[in-house]
Amino acid sequence: MGLLYQIFIDPFVQMGTAPDLFVQTLWEGLVGGMLYALIALGFVLIFKASGVFNFAQGIMVVFAALTLVGLYNVGVPAFLALGLSIAVMFVLAFTVERVVLRPLVNQPDIILFMATFGITYFLIGFGEFVFGGDPKVMITDQLYLPKGTITYKALGGVVSLQKLDIAAAIIASIMVAGLAVFFSKTRIGRALRAVADSHSAALSVGISLEQIWVIVWFAAGLVALVTGIFWGARSDVSFALDVIALKALPVLILGGFTSIPGAIVGGLIIGIGEKLGEFYWGPLIGGGTDAWFAYVIALVFLLFRPQGLFGERIIERV
Amino acid sequence: MLYREAGQFKTSYASDQAVFPILQDRVGILIILVIAFIGIPVTGNDFLINAVMIPFLIFSLAAIGLNLLTGYTGLLSLGTGAFMGVGAYACYKLTTVFPDVNIIIWVIVSGFFSAAVGAVFGLPSLRIKGFYLAIATLAAQFFLEWCFIRIPWLYNYNVSAAIEVPQRELFGIIITGPRASAQTRYLIVLTIVVAMTWMASNIVHGRIGRMWMAIRDMDIAAELMGIRLLPTKLLAFAVSSFYCGVAGAMLVFLWYGGAESTVFSINESFTILFMIIIGGLGSLLGSFLGAALIYILPIILRFVPPQLGLPLHAATVEHMTFMITGALIVFFLIAEPAGLARLWQIGKQKLRVWPFPY
Amino acid sequence: MRATGGPEAAVGDVLLSVENVSLSFGGVKAVSDVSFDIRKGEIRAIIGPNGAGKTSMLNVINGFYHPQHGRITFKGETRARMRPHEAAYGGIARTFQNVALFRGMTALDNIMAGRTLKMHTSFFWQLFRYGPAMREEVDHRHRVEEIIDFLKIQEIRRVPVGRLPYGLQKRVELGRALAMEPELLLLDEPMAGMNLEEKEDMSRFVLDVNDHYGTTIALIEHDMGVVMDLSDRVVVLDHGIKIADGTPDEVKRNQAVIDAYLGVAH
Repeated sequence: MGLLYQIFIDPFVQMGTAPDLFVQTLWEGLVGGMLYALIALGFVLIFKASGVFNFAQGIMVVFAALTLVGLYNVGVPAFLALGLSIAVMFVLAFTVERVVLRPLVNQPDIILFMATFGITYFLIGFGEFVFGGDPKVMITDQLYLPKGTITYKALGGVVSLQKLDIAAAIIASIMVAGLAVFFSKTRIGRALRAVADSHSAALSVGISLEQIWVIVWFAAGLVALVTGIFWGARSDVSFALDVIALKALPVLILGGFTSIPGAIVGGLIIGIGEKLGEFYWGPLIGGGTDAWFAYVIALVFLLFRPQGLFGERIIERV
Repeated sequence: MLYREAGQFKTSYASDQAVFPILQDRVGILIILVIAFIGIPVTGNDFLINAVMIPFLIFSLAAIGLNLLTGYTGLLSLGTGAFMGVGAYACYKLTTVFPDVNIIIWVIVSGFFSAAVGAVFGLPSLRIKGFYLAIATLAAQFFLEWCFIRIPWLYNYNVSAAIEVPQRELFGIIITGPRASAQTRYLIVLTIVVAMTWMASNIVHGRIGRMWMAIRDMDIAAELMGIRLLPTKLLAFAVSSFYCGVAGAMLVFLWYGGAESTVFSINESFTILFMIIIGGLGSLLGSFLGAALIYILPIILRFVPPQLGLPLHAATVEHMTFMITGALIVFFLIAEPAGLARLWQIGKQKLRVWPFPY
Repeated sequence: MRATGGPEAAVGDVLLSVENVSLSFGGVKAVSDVSFDIRKGEIRAIIGPNGAGKTSMLNVINGFYHPQHGRITFKGETRARMRPHEAAYGGIARTFQNVALFRGMTALDNIMAGRTLKMHTSFFWQLFRYGPAMREEVDHRHRVEEIIDFLKIQEIRRVPVGRLPYGLQKRVELGRALAMEPELLLLDEPMAGMNLEEKEDMSRFVLDVNDHYGTTIALIEHDMGVVMDLSDRVVVLDHGIKIADGTPDEVKRNQAVIDAYLGVAH
């Protein structure tokens, strides 16, 4: 009985008696979830346009942030470093297309998936080789990002919101809206969707695969850079972040691999779920549950709704 | 000239169904075994045996385990590290609770624990495949890793949260713990690895191996031929995890001598996966070749450049290992998806027709 | 009519019958209210224009698709749906429209894989590949070699099937189905994409299988000449509905069939 009380009653009593703490936890989860959603968004972009499941997306986030900070640390002015980082992401997109994707056209998905493991490891090694493996501090001040906190006296307590997180939320929303317009309204956006359906069919109607892939990997690289800046501002910039970057994978399971709204909703659900779970239920089983919470949720989804929240059911044919 | 099968006629299907139908291959295997069992222990120094051969063999066994699942059955797993961990922790619990039973028995038995856990996490494989399944196995990886940290019972409530290998003997010879000699541990590892490789080879050449490969190549056709997908896939998960579990137990008990949960992290899973991609998916020989390349690459990077007058930092070596590994994976997936094992076959084919090009 | 006489005269009892089977995918009807039967020892053709539901019908028969309505009676046992392994154990084998071989395996291993159902040695013996396991392996190799001789594919035994030309792949696939020693063999367009010579070879194999092993055959085929020559009875589907059923001659004269093929406005 005691255990049942602890699991099913006590957490909700706590939520009711200390609503400020509840709201604070909710906010933390929301911000974390937004970052997961941004990484997942990069995955979705590439998957939609090329059918490649890009395992390296999480590492691209760290790599982009590392490039920015690394350049600044060797004396490049902040905004020039930002511009150069964008250029680096373009070079990366171009190189990946030339060296990895082009030779692997029409290979099974799983081969391309494994090739992105190779990209992941190469980027980790390359990033550390060039910029060093020690954790670095994100240059938020130099990029004129807001800092400090807004504190509300509400709900019988204090709720404090980081200005940086609010800025991140706003910029992320603008970026997502921009991408949505780009995908649905422009000629390139339509070509992207055609490529996603079938490589060879797209080729036959005169769409240049090479061009499309460079564009979409570059777009994913930009998303990675933005994500990297805000993420790096919350913690240090180092490849130790890669385990967190993997969290975007369960987000995709929830949201479906091809749905941008899915990626966002999935990210927020995972972010909020793991924070609340850890805060209210985690102590019952020793804490640290956020290490696996997202994956177990994904596992449950895979068993009962493999196409995700927004995906379409697939009919197998012979 | 030496590698010719001309004149070796098969007079029965039994000899044609043998694993190594060609005489030269059988002789070659025999020579390798003689070198491994007698040559290396007699002539090798501690560095060769302890820092190269033992880990190479253990990683090869883990790679075989993963290859049975990923290379033969086509189910991609990122939970190898955790399944190895289950073997290691099971072995530790077993030998501390029942210290009188011989440790080698426990090393093998711990594989069954790993097999059971693997089969449970293999359940989603009925409904999902490809990278969906890979993500499902990540759940196994992170959940089990969490268990290794948060369930103190598993490491007997040690303050260090690590498992320490106690001293155990066989026929009066110390075989585990800090005082066991490298030669003894090497011979035990070698015996287990050779025996389990032989069994893996038997499985993949028989009915079960064909069922696995059928599912890998065309699961729908396999199902319509009466191969039941779930039991067959679960068997693959169980056997694979058994191999990984035994490898994990040996890793701690016959090599490290002690370990924390970090040994069995996601990085270990990736390392093993890279071994089989580079060595060759669906090839037992490839498991050995891939393990050799991935394991020996950093050793070469550490020792060769200084010889050439180019001293490298330990950190730089690590970074370069990552870069080279990543590049090799992409290279092999593009140039030769069947890996080193395929290159070896091509070489053999060339030798067969030598000195003619075709 | 059939070119050869022979044991098919022993066409007899109903082996399989489908009654009022309907199948739809999310509102799209693939098959509606189709009934027909297949008698022991006959060659039964299922024909119809593209999208008529022929392949769906085979998928229903061997349990890959589950119909929403109707019944399937196989060897006297009636059920609402078949399961793939029940069908396989019951003796239904199948080839596919787009070759569905195990591409990474050799021709020999593909056909050996067809024997899986007949092999029973335990995991333990498999581990040692010794004793019963080895005996079983050799016994089945004998049976497989008979099939290889029958289909005249001796020289490609050890070739991975992915590297074989299309015609030979189709032949290996037939071999794999035959290895199951089926009572009912479902052939989904066995001659699609073949040249005339290959078609003649394949027709000969189909007739030989029917004569030699007494196997009942249901086949889907587009080449009308082949269908008329090979089959004893023909069922015609159009847009998921059965529009004719009878001997090749009857079907050829049927107005609905002529309309369906020539696309007459209704």
